Amino acid sequence: MVTGGRRPFGALGNIAPTMLCAGCSGWQSALEPHGPQASDLHRLFWLFVVVAVIVWLLVMAVLAGAILRPRRETPASRGGSERRATILVAGASVATVLVLIGLAVASYRFTPGLNGAGNDAIVIRVRGYQWWWEVTYVGTTPDREFTTANEIHVPVGRPVTIQLAAVDVIHSFWVPNLAGKQDLIPGRDTELELTAAQAGRYRGQCAEFCGLQHAHMALLVVAQPPDEFEAWRAAQLAEAMPPSDAEQDAGARIVASKACVGCHEIRGTVAAGKLGPDLTHVASRSFIAAGLLPTTRGSLAAWIADPQTIKPGNNMPMVPLASDELRAVSAYLAALR
Amino acid sequence: MIIAALAGCRREERDLRLAPPVAAALDRIALMANRIGGTPPPSLAALGHPYETNAYQLNQGKHLYAWFNCTGCHAAGGGNIGPALIDGWWRYGPDATSIVATIRDGRPDGMPAFADKLTTEQIWQLAGYVRSMGADSARSAAPSRDDDLQSRPAENRAPAAAQGTPRASW
Repeated sequence: MVTGGRRPFGALGNIAPTMLCAGCSGWQSALEPHGPQASDLHRLFWLFVVVAVIVWLLVMAVLAGAILRPRRETPASRGGSERRATILVAGASVATVLVLIGLAVASYRFTPGLNGAGNDAIVIRVRGYQWWWEVTYVGTTPDREFTTANEIHVPVGRPVTIQLAAVDVIHSFWVPNLAGKQDLIPGRDTELELTAAQAGRYRGQCAEFCGLQHAHMALLVVAQPPDEFEAWRAAQLAEAMPPSDAEQDAGARIVASKACVGCHEIRGTVAAGKLGPDLTHVASRSFIAAGLLPTTRGSLAAWIADPQTIKPGNNMPMVPLASDELRAVSAYLAALR
Repeated sequence: MIIAALAGCRREERDLRLAPPVAAALDRIALMANRIGGTPPPSLAALGHPYETNAYQLNQGKHLYAWFNCTGCHAAGGGNIGPALIDGWWRYGPDATSIVATIRDGRPDGMPAFADKLTTEQIWQLAGYVRSMGADSARSAAPSRDDDLQSRPAENRAPAAAQGTPRASW
């Protein structure tokens, strides 16, 4: 191994791949699969990379050979070289076809797990809005059904069917650590299967340009052990917590009397709007505004005070509130666990 | 040519954030005693009447028309339980001020008040769109087209009344 001292670019050569790969791992990376679907795609990805690199090296070698080969052409040799060239081109064409067929077959063989979950799959309906995700856990009966936003909880090891629909424009659901991309198309419902093999938090993002705030349309998948998931589901099924002190109570009254209720639902209160994210348990989610800000009382207040400066173009209007009203509303919302 | 093209830019400009004092000023409409007709807020002219000439504002109005279930009573403008909005007959005044008052405060016999459901900006957007629905001549600014089946020609292809099916009896 040559040390960096002797080769000035040696150190750079060691650092560059490390730096490149720093972006490849983590909670939003297709190169760090945490489920069977993502593993299939991961294997397929590397197969394609290896085959493509071999083909590229061969092509470059042939090209270099053709450039560097000295030309010694005589009338007598011309017939022979033309025959050789014909054989070479025909051989390369056949090889190309074989490689492409091989890769096509491999992509079918490698990805059987992408379709068809078992009967015990959890069904989650995800609807894409500009620019957030509505998440509905489909229950066997209506009282087992609830809606949340931008955060999907799944039990480890259990298959999940995600039914995708778009409300306004085309979006794309992509949680790289768990599965491939699937578009959400208005008027045409699609499905995606995924299974989380390990507990963890995985970030997903809209992968189809959908307008001004496309970059701020993230979602979080939280994979939990089954008992934790059931506890979470039971908590989400419950109605919103009633205000526990005077300030929260004032906040609840303001929410009920202002434009908030036109768009947002807080189950168990008069707020029953269906246009914006369900706020019944907003403080139980890690982020607000589709992954833009961590959920704190401060960020909730900042968001309500001026949503168009934080996320320009989104459909939440600025509802004029006095400072004490804003404090009360943020106290109430931060308590909706 | 360039001047014409630049003039067109104004109708596509997106003013996403209405400053709170301006919103408060837009809420101050002076209505006549019978609450039909009146003076529009002076700031509206200063803004350049965006709610009728700006495509983004009209489009937001069109969204709100569907989201807040105006269609429930007024259908796509032809009227059903509620009066038609494209026949040129306005029970409570045809001007923007009257329509804003109608949406904000409600009207007798069914029209609910939206003052606590919509912001002032949204009410102006909605009023601008409602006025564009029944326009008798084509306009340069229009909201985006419908994604679902069209019940009448697009908003910029006025006159709407001649092509719709308004109810004459209202």
